[in-house]
Amino acid sequence: MGVEKILLAHGSGGRLTHDLIHQLLLPRFQNPFLLPLDDSARIPNQTTQVAFTTDSYVVNPLFFPGGDIGKLAICGTVNDLSMIGATPAFLSLSLIIEEGFPVSELERILSSIRDTVEEAKVQIVTGDIKVVEHGAADKLFINTAGIGWIRPGIHLSGMNAKPGDRILLNGFIGDHEIAILSERENFKFQGELKSDCAPLNDLIQRMLDVSPSIRCMRDPTRGGLATALNEIASKSKVGMVIEEEKILIRESVKGICELLGLDPFYLANEGKLIAICPEGETDRLLEAMRSHPLGRESEVIGRVVDEHPQKVVLRTLIGGHRILDMLTGGQYPRIC
Amino acid sequence: MKFIDEFRDGGIARGLIQKIEKSSSRPIQLMEVCGTHTVSIFRYGIRKLIPPQIQLISGPGCPVCVTPNSDIDYAIALSRRKDVILVTFGDMMRVPGSTSSLLKEKAEGRDIRVVYSSLDALKIAEENPDKKVVFFAIGFETTSPTIAVAILHAKEERLRNLFFLNSQKKIPPAIFTLLQSKRVKINGFILPGHVSTIIGSDPYQFIAKEFFRPAVITGFEPLDILQGIWMLVRQIEEGRAEIEIQYKRVVHKEGNPLALRKVLEVFEINQAQWRGLGWIPESGYRFKASFQELDARNLYVEVETPREHPECKCGEVLQGIKTPLQCRLFRIVCNPENPVGPCMVSVEGTCQAYYKFQS
Repeated sequence: MGVEKILLAHGSGGRLTHDLIHQLLLPRFQNPFLLPLDDSARIPNQTTQVAFTTDSYVVNPLFFPGGDIGKLAICGTVNDLSMIGATPAFLSLSLIIEEGFPVSELERILSSIRDTVEEAKVQIVTGDIKVVEHGAADKLFINTAGIGWIRPGIHLSGMNAKPGDRILLNGFIGDHEIAILSERENFKFQGELKSDCAPLNDLIQRMLDVSPSIRCMRDPTRGGLATALNEIASKSKVGMVIEEEKILIRESVKGICELLGLDPFYLANEGKLIAICPEGETDRLLEAMRSHPLGRESEVIGRVVDEHPQKVVLRTLIGGHRILDMLTGGQYPRIC
Repeated sequence: MKFIDEFRDGGIARGLIQKIEKSSSRPIQLMEVCGTHTVSIFRYGIRKLIPPQIQLISGPGCPVCVTPNSDIDYAIALSRRKDVILVTFGDMMRVPGSTSSLLKEKAEGRDIRVVYSSLDALKIAEENPDKKVVFFAIGFETTSPTIAVAILHAKEERLRNLFFLNSQKKIPPAIFTLLQSKRVKINGFILPGHVSTIIGSDPYQFIAKEFFRPAVITGFEPLDILQGIWMLVRQIEEGRAEIEIQYKRVVHKEGNPLALRKVLEVFEINQAQWRGLGWIPESGYRFKASFQELDARNLYVEVETPREHPECKCGEVLQGIKTPLQCRLFRIVCNPENPVGPCMVSVEGTCQAYYKFQS
């Protein structure tokens, strides 16, 4: 683009904005919906229900093991659409850039967005760029919104869990938050810990193929597994019993949690999902999850019960019981 | 995970619980002094696994919780000075002082930074030579050596802009005060494992010799705690009063002499004010004359007269006289989102443990 740093004028709407769009963005996101570059994208009318969501990304640092703010911004919105059983289709991409931000870093992030968009099989069809004065934003903030199509016959909702249902989880918890934290605080590990940041739509489509009567799904992002389970228990007015020994936590995550006094049940994830299904479908669903690369370590972690409505009880490793409450107070800021 | 998973084994836990059940013949009250024990006991549901006649009472071993309002107000007043960067451990941020908290002050634009180690304060001071950097030094014997080392470094490097607001405490004198109180009825103590790695077992001998109560220095994993309880029950049933070490893989009788020496290079022992327990002789530190220039209390600020919420029962909770359930504010007014007292703020606080882990 001929310059190394983003200038205020890149957000002015004039020549430099034009250059930015044509040189950095369009080569990466070519599709017939975006190309007219009109003020809105035109989406063909659908006969199914439409899912629509939005999220903003302010993660610090912008680059972390296993991902960056760009990958996160696509995965987060794709996953939010997927959790209600929608097939994600179109995304918007808005960038708020701090003046002076290196163009090379922007290019790295845009390439990562392109790769994730391709992996998730979605298209960016509209977007916006703003540049703000130095100090008015921290390097780069991203907003994405997305729409997806809901298959006929699918109704996933946090209100649907019923006593007797089984609760499934697709692998290790806490990787994302600890990866961010260790990058920010410069903790060194033996072996590498990566964020689990990933688009879950393909895994979820496979799950819905074998078990269309899944009651609900939820991605345990901020607030972690404990908070997501509590939200479902509360909306469905049911109790839950979770088996601690079925929850997978990596050694490095355990280590940092011990060191800093964090509870892994409250750590954010960006590539995990909780699924609740009728008991009779458990085996089939678990098998389908384990056959997908993002679900290999799936486990049945607990069950929905009649007793103690709206409370999640954890059966601990030594056989004791304790309440697993929602996250109260923040653990750490700006993890997504 | 090595040294962690082995101590969370369900089968061994059941064995220990059976041993406790067999040995225990009468109702007893045991105090876990340390907040880390309190959290572990709740996290693994230990209270409900042991026989009901063994009651576990939480003690004053949470450094954030025992920091008096006057010290928090002092830190807040310092943070309001335009030339000051206040550096603190994360837990202190939300603790309410008399009328404000460090978190509220940060939102007002004061430069307040959270660190994981006292040594981080050195770096901040080096990077900000035109500011006075004040480290809010709280903690027990476990933390004091690292604070002392940071102070020795600051002196060695002639950092003229780094100061320490000292509010450190020593555990054994607090136990002495509890034992003297007629309101506190305790049959035995689960003593803090990490404090004891530094001080060893000798400073606790008075518990057995003067007050004839057994005590066991205990680790923090569920099996450690169950074994510690079993050792206490056996001592009580056999009529013994000794200071035993369960946490042998870490704690030695003589503690860590090098760490103790570092602390006494910088500080001398002094009385200290504890929330709930008041002033306790020889339970804290003051700067030695040769380190006076690093004492943040020499920086001039006007500090408000300390006030406490009249209904808050943190003081009695810290002494094990009341449980959080006996406080009128608990859950209704006071919760982790809106804490009235420090025991609800800290992850090691008894009130937060009750709130989070007990229905």
